[in-house]
Amino acid sequence: MTMPTHLDPFTHAQWYALGRDEDFPDGRKTQTRLLSQDLTVLRRGRTIEVTLPQGQPRPTQHRYGHVWTTFSDTPRALYDIPEFEEVERRLITAGAVHVRCSGLRAVENFLDMAHFPFVHTGILGVEEHAEVEKYDVSMDVERDEIWATNCMFFQPVAAATAKAGGTTKYKYRLPHPYSVILYKTCPPRPGEWDLIGLFIQPTEEDVCIVHSFVLVFDQDNTDTELLHFQQNIFLQDRIILENQIPRRLPLDMRLEIPTRADASSIAFRRWLKANGVTWSTVRAGDME
Amino acid sequence: MKLYDYVLSGNCFKVRLFLKFLDVTCDLEPVDFFPGCEHKSPTFLQVNPLGQLPVLEDGNLRLYDSQAILIYLARKYDSSGQWYPVNDPETLGRVAQWTAFADGITATSSAARLHDVLGYNLDIKAARAGAQTLFRVLEDHLAHQEFNDQHWLAGSQPTIADIACFPYTALAGDGGIETFIFPAIERWLCRFSMLPGFHNMPGMNYFT
Repeated sequence: MTMPTHLDPFTHAQWYALGRDEDFPDGRKTQTRLLSQDLTVLRRGRTIEVTLPQGQPRPTQHRYGHVWTTFSDTPRALYDIPEFEEVERRLITAGAVHVRCSGLRAVENFLDMAHFPFVHTGILGVEEHAEVEKYDVSMDVERDEIWATNCMFFQPVAAATAKAGGTTKYKYRLPHPYSVILYKTCPPRPGEWDLIGLFIQPTEEDVCIVHSFVLVFDQDNTDTELLHFQQNIFLQDRIILENQIPRRLPLDMRLEIPTRADASSIAFRRWLKANGVTWSTVRAGDME
Repeated sequence: MKLYDYVLSGNCFKVRLFLKFLDVTCDLEPVDFFPGCEHKSPTFLQVNPLGQLPVLEDGNLRLYDSQAILIYLARKYDSSGQWYPVNDPETLGRVAQWTAFADGITATSSAARLHDVLGYNLDIKAARAGAQTLFRVLEDHLAHQEFNDQHWLAGSQPTIADIACFPYTALAGDGGIETFIFPAIERWLCRFSMLPGFHNMPGMNYFT
């Protein structure tokens, strides 16, 4: 298989979500794109086949409510999310939303707390409480992933279950260049964390499909109420993402000046750079 | 009163926003339009055989079609008669004309948005071209209105016609349709966003 120009080995080696299990009805072919290549997805009974245009099959797996594939014959293992095994949690998958930006930009926006008061006004933030307090960023060397911890933010309606405003604790996990998982205080169960995450399908260098999920302890809201909450938030982000220039992610720290609140995205960009990621990033010579 | 609602639907937003303008409360029944396609389920087809949102229930009345719902709410809850001016035949005729025009915006601009945001399989070029044609008509009309000191679609006051045409014009960018080339439309969108009680839906970012 020939690799598209600029496709680096680390990006090539990942597993990617292509959609929810139920998005692929039995016997119907679905055309999609991944890393600037065409793919066909076909369900036959309980098996899903993913093939390249000349019919070469690619491996698949079903995890976290989604169908995954990889272009690599020696892929980097798909990360574990142990919370998916906890039976009391509810999984809501929010479907595929197309966005005209680099998937890496979508990851970064998800990490960014500073935008809450201005983009998710009245829900995830208020303008009177705009400061991002200092948080910690660390590297899990064994698993080769990034964690941002001890994040705190004042939120008027942190979740569909929130009854009043309050300071929400957050943790962020970056186990994959195109996945990001948020752990946040669970209003009905102090001490537990609710999970919200993005599995991003980078279709082109500057276009992506965002598959998102909510994995929560919640007995008050219906699945559809949780779905509406999640989609409302993500579509507020989408208009911001589509207006970022350039659409690909700059890894050179001189191109976009970070503040202390951006510690997690600084770590993310360094991690991408250390892993030799060039696909979907701004490269030397792109900007004059 | 109960509204079958989808948070990302511009047609549902029309009704939610008008309820806000009228200061009328209403329960929301969220429907999994995407990705669950619940509006085409047998259960929902019992509520609306067309399989479309929104649907309003008020007592024994069940109404579908967002424009019909706007008319009902205006006649029932707007004592000023501003939003649906039944006593002024000329204005009322223009309200009906521009309310019908909104269906064309839905068929084109909303379709382009469903394609670009949610991956619907449809003729995107035709959808965008259709929207452009309608927006040129809307632009000419609004510019003409401004020359005559009429700042709204049907006259000097906002009516349900403005509410009906607003969402999928404001959300045209989601479907890859630029509206900055239509300055009178941009000014009208901005005026609309300053109406008391206005709030954004996702995809809009007017200063409120």
